[in-house]
Amino acid sequence: MAEKVSRKPFVREMTSEWIFRHPRYLRYMVREFSCLFIGAYTLLMVWGLKQLADGPQAWTGFLEALRSPASIVFHVLALGFALYHSVTWFNLTPKALPVQLGEEFVAGGVIAGAHYAAWALVSLAILLAAGAF
Amino acid sequence: MARSNKPLVWGPFAAGGTLTAFLTPVLILLTLLAGLGHVPEALTYEALRAIAGHWLGKLALVGVVFLSLWSAAHRLRITLYDIGVRADTAVATAVYSTAGLASIAAAAILFRL
Repeated sequence: MAEKVSRKPFVREMTSEWIFRHPRYLRYMVREFSCLFIGAYTLLMVWGLKQLADGPQAWTGFLEALRSPASIVFHVLALGFALYHSVTWFNLTPKALPVQLGEEFVAGGVIAGAHYAAWALVSLAILLAAGAF
Repeated sequence: MARSNKPLVWGPFAAGGTLTAFLTPVLILLTLLAGLGHVPEALTYEALRAIAGHWLGKLALVGVVFLSLWSAAHRLRITLYDIGVRADTAVATAVYSTAGLASIAAAAILFRL
């Protein structure tokens, strides 16, 4: 059947080589790979919740595990990627949520700026509420 | 992917992307502080137990876990396609079910608190 057809369909080879062709592509990939760190961190949260449910001793063990060098390295990397995700996400908000007032569209900088301000407030409020200071 | 699935997959992705943009850095900062030996008040056993024991806390935690995992899963699926992994159905099944199962696990853990 298919083997007897003489035509030879062109199957385009797809590789990941394109990522390195332009810095813009590399930045795009860095943004996309932030999902691995955000996903892994969330799974760490779920594990933490399990340790919390298991009692004070298990929770102390979890806090102990957070102090390991591997955990610190992971946290620093994850923080970098998470911040990159936030910045790229908020920079896209003028495109995703354009606001029209009368005839004019609100300037993109204002929309992104409002998100940055809200982000700073939310972060500060959580740090204060959590007693981080 | 069937076209009719798209909003269902994409909706939680956009919600999760926004939520993680606002929340994930500060959450990481809190556990990083704990790791550096400066445990924030909210991460002590009694305080966190009280937060996770309240229905509002449970709801918030499950919501954060599900939306964060779903948006990460969706982005991972698209990224794998971009770098040449063409087994989209298998990838989609794996990433979405991981996100779903971990969220159910979180809900079950919080339910018994």
